[in-house]
Amino acid sequence: MDNLLSVVTFLPLLGATILAVFLRGSDAAAQKNAKMLALVVTSATFVISIAIYTQFDSNDTGFQFVEEYDWFGGLKYKLGVDGISVLFVLLTTFLMPVVIGACWLVEDRVKEYMILFLVLETLMIAVFCALDLIMFYVVFEAGLIPMFLIVGVWGGQNRIYAAFKFFLYTLFGSVLMLVAMLAMWWDAGTTDIPTLLQHKFASDSFSIAGITVVGGLQTLLFLAFFASFAVKMPMWPVHTWLPDAHVQAPTAGSVVLAAILLKMGGYGFIRFSLPMFPVASDLLADFVMTLSVIAIIYTSLVAMMQEDMKKLIAYSSVAHMGFVTMGIFTLNQQGLDGAIFQMISHGFISGALFLGVGVIYDRMHTRQIDAYGGLVVRMPAFALVFMLFTMANVGLPGTSGFVGEFLTLIAAFRANTWIAFGATTGVILSAAYALWLYRRVVFGDLIKESLSSITDMDRRERLMMAPLVIMTLLLGIYPALVLDLISPSIGALVQHVQSATPETVQAAVSKASH
Amino acid sequence: METILLFSPLAGALICGFGWKFIGETVATYVSTVLLMLTAALSWVIFLTYDANNGVDVISLFKFIESGSLSTDWAIRIDRLTTIMLIVINTVSALVHLYSLGYMARDENFKVGESYRPRFFAYLSFFTFAMLMLVTSDNLLQMFFGWEGVGVASYLLIGFYYRKPSANAANIKAFVVNRVGDFGFALGIFGLFYLTDSINFSEVLDPRNAHHLAETKVVFLSWKMNALEIVTFLLFVGAMGKSAQLVLHTWLPDAMEGPTPVSALIHAATMVTAGVFMVCRLSPLMEYAVWTPNFIVFIGATTAFFAATVGLVQNDIKRVIAYSTCSQLGYMFVAAGVGAYPVAMFHLLTHAFFKAMLFLGAGSVIHAMHHEQDMRNYGNLRKKIPYTFVAMMIGTLAITGVGIPLTGWIGFAGFASKDAVIESAFAGGTGVSMYAYIMLVIAALFTSFYSWRLIFMTFYGKERGDHHSHEHAHESPMVMVIPLAVLALGAIFAGMYWYEDFFGKVKHIEEWFGASIYMNHETNHVIHDAHYVPTWVKLSPFVAMVVGFITAWLFYIKNTDLPKKLAAQQSHLYQFLLKKWYFDELYDVIFVRPAMWLGTVLWKKGDGSIIDGALNGLAMTIVPWFTRLAGRAQSGYLFHYAFAMFVGLAAIITWFAIGGGYR
Repeated sequence: MDNLLSVVTFLPLLGATILAVFLRGSDAAAQKNAKMLALVVTSATFVISIAIYTQFDSNDTGFQFVEEYDWFGGLKYKLGVDGISVLFVLLTTFLMPVVIGACWLVEDRVKEYMILFLVLETLMIAVFCALDLIMFYVVFEAGLIPMFLIVGVWGGQNRIYAAFKFFLYTLFGSVLMLVAMLAMWWDAGTTDIPTLLQHKFASDSFSIAGITVVGGLQTLLFLAFFASFAVKMPMWPVHTWLPDAHVQAPTAGSVVLAAILLKMGGYGFIRFSLPMFPVASDLLADFVMTLSVIAIIYTSLVAMMQEDMKKLIAYSSVAHMGFVTMGIFTLNQQGLDGAIFQMISHGFISGALFLGVGVIYDRMHTRQIDAYGGLVVRMPAFALVFMLFTMANVGLPGTSGFVGEFLTLIAAFRANTWIAFGATTGVILSAAYALWLYRRVVFGDLIKESLSSITDMDRRERLMMAPLVIMTLLLGIYPALVLDLISPSIGALVQHVQSATPETVQAAVSKASH
Repeated sequence: METILLFSPLAGALICGFGWKFIGETVATYVSTVLLMLTAALSWVIFLTYDANNGVDVISLFKFIESGSLSTDWAIRIDRLTTIMLIVINTVSALVHLYSLGYMARDENFKVGESYRPRFFAYLSFFTFAMLMLVTSDNLLQMFFGWEGVGVASYLLIGFYYRKPSANAANIKAFVVNRVGDFGFALGIFGLFYLTDSINFSEVLDPRNAHHLAETKVVFLSWKMNALEIVTFLLFVGAMGKSAQLVLHTWLPDAMEGPTPVSALIHAATMVTAGVFMVCRLSPLMEYAVWTPNFIVFIGATTAFFAATVGLVQNDIKRVIAYSTCSQLGYMFVAAGVGAYPVAMFHLLTHAFFKAMLFLGAGSVIHAMHHEQDMRNYGNLRKKIPYTFVAMMIGTLAITGVGIPLTGWIGFAGFASKDAVIESAFAGGTGVSMYAYIMLVIAALFTSFYSWRLIFMTFYGKERGDHHSHEHAHESPMVMVIPLAVLALGAIFAGMYWYEDFFGKVKHIEEWFGASIYMNHETNHVIHDAHYVPTWVKLSPFVAMVVGFITAWLFYIKNTDLPKKLAAQQSHLYQFLLKKWYFDELYDVIFVRPAMWLGTVLWKKGDGSIIDGALNGLAMTIVPWFTRLAGRAQSGYLFHYAFAMFVGLAAIITWFAIGGGYR
């Protein structure tokens, strides 16, 4: 198939269209049909996307499955994947059937809900495949709209506030990024990403109004992109939208948000910031790593004190994304390998944790930690699964959570021992908050009257968890499944950054990648 | 064979944990026990047939983490150190499985009909698997996997009685304190990789590499220092956590919340010795370092002393033994620190037998006394539970080091190994090793005192406490007595049997250990010198033991009012010891409370007032403007934002489309 990527990208949209056009009525049967159709479409998308995995040549560091058409006006439609992006596509297609499964109990405006998730899937896949700057921008921003509506319409009581916050933060970042993109187009004369990756943006310092901009144009462009990606990650101190959004979002929305949408920022850093603005990246690496370490320690401490389960996991996500940004800006092989691994792995783990919260939320309709306790007595299967993901979340070796943390930390040690030292304290703090959560929710005696008839996970819930359990363990024991695929592309990227940066840093970088 | 050995405990854990619904609880527990016995048998075959002259045997399974120059495999490394650990782990584990069939048969912490046995055996088997991964690793990464794996198993087993709040607090404490150690361990691994570009033992443990590192300077936390010292120090911090050495020891006594067989297996014989194993495994690095080994000796000696003092006054039978374990681990670290790695392994081996036996014996007492653990409620039990009494006596004779003085080896297991440790400390020849020698001899006196105190309070004197419990006290079933008998063999003969291999002639030791332990001939003569220490040094632990015995006899047999009088007279000292030197209280004040306070402040003030406050200020100015732009003055309605974004995007695309047309 020549246009495999297009098929994978647009199949969900096709499903959404079918739903919108042909499905009528809102009775139980129609709802069931909508869910079934969404499930079939997302599953089919996943099955087809496996072909991308099997046909992908990991030794080729360039873009593969490239498709290019003229869009309207001067715009191009161009898709392709390389080692950096291919796994994000697979992560998305893999998780979406699980997400649809998590929507199974929704009864309010089911058709619209399904349509939004399908549209969202198309947009997310397109973000990771887009090889044209404008196309990337469009899908990157458009992806917010379905998410926005999912939170705003199907969310909790305070959804308007959360949506507000979400909007403001992202708006701020995206305006700056758009300006930067226009400047890049102006400078390079193209919006073609593969071409831009080879384009050398000026890095000579200049002065405006008495202020010297070290790194020149690259620094300005870098900062503009940074504003957008840092919000998306989210990085400290622009992270406060995430806990609110998670708390208000329905379970399926939280899963998508944590597992996939958060990865767009990290992907953006690796796809754009590093290769296109290597000098600026190098200049600002310490700054970003410092923010990352602050994020790890700060949000871990905050997570410890949370009373709402979803908020706790959301803060924990921010801490884990701290490892990602830290790894990326070590600018060496292990750091970048680790960052991508951490993002993939976090997709499974955080997805599963939010699903787990959803499981008990569906039964008790509260997220307050205080409302639980002793669930192990009546829900042994849930206790086991939640224990596994709690341990994965604290980065236990043998689960996928360990590999990313380990690689990013080992890379950080090369870059700066203070950074590594600070970030490693995160492993202590994460153990504290995660196990404390587990203790308060699952352990103890079951004495609360309200919980006395709570039931264990049913078949649907077990089926949803099973793929995540498998992936978390599989990648923890045999991480080569991911690393083999991404390493060559990362190696090329590291080479590229290294050749463009001043000699002082080259020594450190070359040591890591020989 | 090695692969079967490694994976049969895992198979046991999986069959037991998931298969019990199909094959029944009892069958599942038997299956895991039988698999462990198979593993134990294989370990002995490997141990007895291993010949160090044939070198190190490494079986690679498949690759683990590979990234750039970092390349690691899942592998099984068989050398002398590994084989010693194999027999220790699997023998004790198999016996503990067997014992647990009886001990866990009916547990009052669970309601009738609740199945808890398969879970218990699954955890035990999983623990064994993780421990085997730790000792058979061929690189620091797999070792770290095993290291944290045993930590999780320990966490799950300490919290096994999940209804008890104290158990739930203890397991978190154990995990988090261990993580503090692992924090150091991890940084050590990062440092080694940074310096040598490898974390595989074949490169890291090359003496030339160590020698090179000893002459390298590295900047760590803006502080320029010797590369080898800092790396070995960081790795040792991991050992301190896992082996409950001072400042990171607080979790071990609390870990006694777990069922007693767990204490015997994990918190006495195997997991807590992982730190000692690690230091011995890293002997090439330790040999070229100067500062770190001294630090190890200091920490070990201080812990041995500290834990022994606390053990003097504890009333919970398991806590006494727990502090005793902490103290004995200190002995092992002293030996390893002065460079007598074989002696450290010797004490590790003998300690595993007699301490596991003491714990299982204590379990048998607790079992007989309906889960009463306070020794003040025991007394005169020797006739009611005679087998247990004999076992505990043998264990006590072993731990206190009873033997024929000056022969060096004719005596109970602890006699040979403990005296070897003390003599090595004296032979260390540095100031800190002299300090260690003094501390260890004092600790030996205390050890003897608290061990005999335990025996006297439990088995002699008058019956105290609940009358009902005493009346119904009964000997444990055979499945619990047999493991005691087997361990008794070890506690009696292990010292004599292996004396030559661990503490005989240096040449023989080196042949027997092969490449698994490295002793630098130019600087390290400690084992040789230890054989030629003055006679009074050789006699000192024996004298300490006798004095401890006599004092205990005076206090708890002859004149039973003495302890109370002394406690009243020296109440500050008594409280200080009873409260374990106030470590827990101190940590609460300097770590736990500030962390929680900081968490709250960062959340409410940092995220709440500052970040969101600034944002809300911004929002109040921008949002109305945007909503006006969207055509409506009324704000806060979701649709408008969506609409605004659509409009914005459409505008951008149009603008580009037109702009593109001109290009």
